[in-house]
Amino acid sequence: MIRDITLGQYYQTDSVVHRLDPRVKLMATLVFICSLFVVNQAAGYLVAVLFLAFSIKLSHVPFRFMVRGMKAILFLLVITFVFNLFLTPGEAVLSIWKLTVTREGISMAVRMAVRLSLLIIGSSVMTLTTTPNNLTDGLEKALKPLQKLHVPVHEVAMMMSIALRFIPILLEETDKIMKAQMARGASFDEGNLLQKAKSMVPLLVPLFISAFRRANDLAMAMEARCYRGGDGRTKMKPLHYEKRDYAAYLILAAYFAVCIVAGRIVPWGRLL
Amino acid sequence: MNIIETQDLVFDYIRRDEEGNVEGITTAVDHVDMEVAPGDFIAILGHNGSGKSTLAKHFNAILMPTEGTVWVDGMDTEEEKNLWDVRQRAGMVFQNPDNQIIGQVVEEDVGFGPENMGVPTKEIWERVEESLRAVGMYEYRKFAPNKLSGGQKQRVSIAGVLAMHPKCIVLDEPTAMLDPGGRKEVIRAVRALNDVEKVTVILITHYMEEIIHADKVFVMDRGKIAMQGTPGEIFSKVEKLKDLRLDVPKATLLAYELQKSGLPLPAGILSGKELVKELSMRKERARNAGFIKI
Repeated sequence: MIRDITLGQYYQTDSVVHRLDPRVKLMATLVFICSLFVVNQAAGYLVAVLFLAFSIKLSHVPFRFMVRGMKAILFLLVITFVFNLFLTPGEAVLSIWKLTVTREGISMAVRMAVRLSLLIIGSSVMTLTTTPNNLTDGLEKALKPLQKLHVPVHEVAMMMSIALRFIPILLEETDKIMKAQMARGASFDEGNLLQKAKSMVPLLVPLFISAFRRANDLAMAMEARCYRGGDGRTKMKPLHYEKRDYAAYLILAAYFAVCIVAGRIVPWGRLL
Repeated sequence: MNIIETQDLVFDYIRRDEEGNVEGITTAVDHVDMEVAPGDFIAILGHNGSGKSTLAKHFNAILMPTEGTVWVDGMDTEEEKNLWDVRQRAGMVFQNPDNQIIGQVVEEDVGFGPENMGVPTKEIWERVEESLRAVGMYEYRKFAPNKLSGGQKQRVSIAGVLAMHPKCIVLDEPTAMLDPGGRKEVIRAVRALNDVEKVTVILITHYMEEIIHADKVFVMDRGKIAMQGTPGEIFSKVEKLKDLRLDVPKATLLAYELQKSGLPLPAGILSGKELVKELSMRKERARNAGFIKI
């Protein structure tokens, strides 16, 4: 049923990672991604893999859910790999026809593939353990300082959470309009791509009109309930750092330090 | 002091063409004077386009009068500094339950109003619990709104307004999109608020059955107040209601027809129960007098 749809890819279970403050998880993802691009030696990647495995273990989310995100970028991954392999100039190892594989090319291709895969799995850990709503709250609070620079942080966060709230409603509506148009003889899955795209017009026009009407109604309802932007607003569920959040920050800092040391400074790490 | 008072209220909808020239003016509310005492249950009745919703939007300062004045709890709604106080005193519930729920969880939606008012976190939780209990939705506090029925969603909307501690709730056709079961549910919740919490209620509707418990009824037609009085007084004028294109409850209509064909029934019978009581009393009297043999 369309109304049972889950948003994002949140995996419902109880774990210490789920309970962490969303800001910690955002920060951790950011630091993890940075570390992947700072490090250039095998030992550093080993540390990153271990750290990732440790977080996945803690999160109680089955590993196959993490890999799911990989499917979407498999194509990208292959392309990056192939291009890096053949187009990096350097010491030639192998020549097929006009293409040359270089030592630097192999090193670069492997490194990029590892980086990308770790990046995707790493960010999946965050999206799988944080509800979209929680993520929005975290973003709002974390980016609050930008408000001084006139970045509308609260407004954007509010828009995100309203969008999330209306996705199921608009889906249901799409379903309804589709059925109504089908009852009048419209078909949505016949013909080539162009014809299919054209057949979407009678679906999208009423959907847009109704979305605008809803937006209008909602704005009125929000104003009627004294909504006047982010100033002077209190929170029903404010974000508070707990002990575990500080502990997580410490672990994160330790990871980053170890990763840098192993991945850049220690000479025996130079395998690639 | 009256909780809501209007004096000579006029509101014009101005239609403009693409260049912004005035094409036509529709007067939706036409010189309305109205007084609502605290604690009353007021019903505003009228067919589509009679101006009842436009009138209601003035009580919450969503619309500003073209002419005349509206006071909410003694405050002029046109004064900018009163805006948020007016909206807090007179809460508003709209027709479409889907388009007025902001939160992704029931309790978050009820907390939205108090959050906007800057109520401290601890008190928000107290208010949310108290309002959800008042409308009987406390068990559903962790639900996603799209998993609730229409009647339940409207009760959540009412709780959302209630959490702002208003003195008055304006309900703009809250039952128009609901099934009969949901309609009863919502009306029961609204009546309980009025009886128990002593909140002033202004119910806008075109369902006659919903107004029989009101203290006072206003009937609107073409922007003007066409009739006002207690439900009994209003319903005793069946012909006039028919002229205003409004349906009379079945029991009232039957009583009226019986009366017309010679049965001496009192005017303004509102419910089936009353009619049955009236008729069986008459039967009793007739039997005692020996007119009917049983």
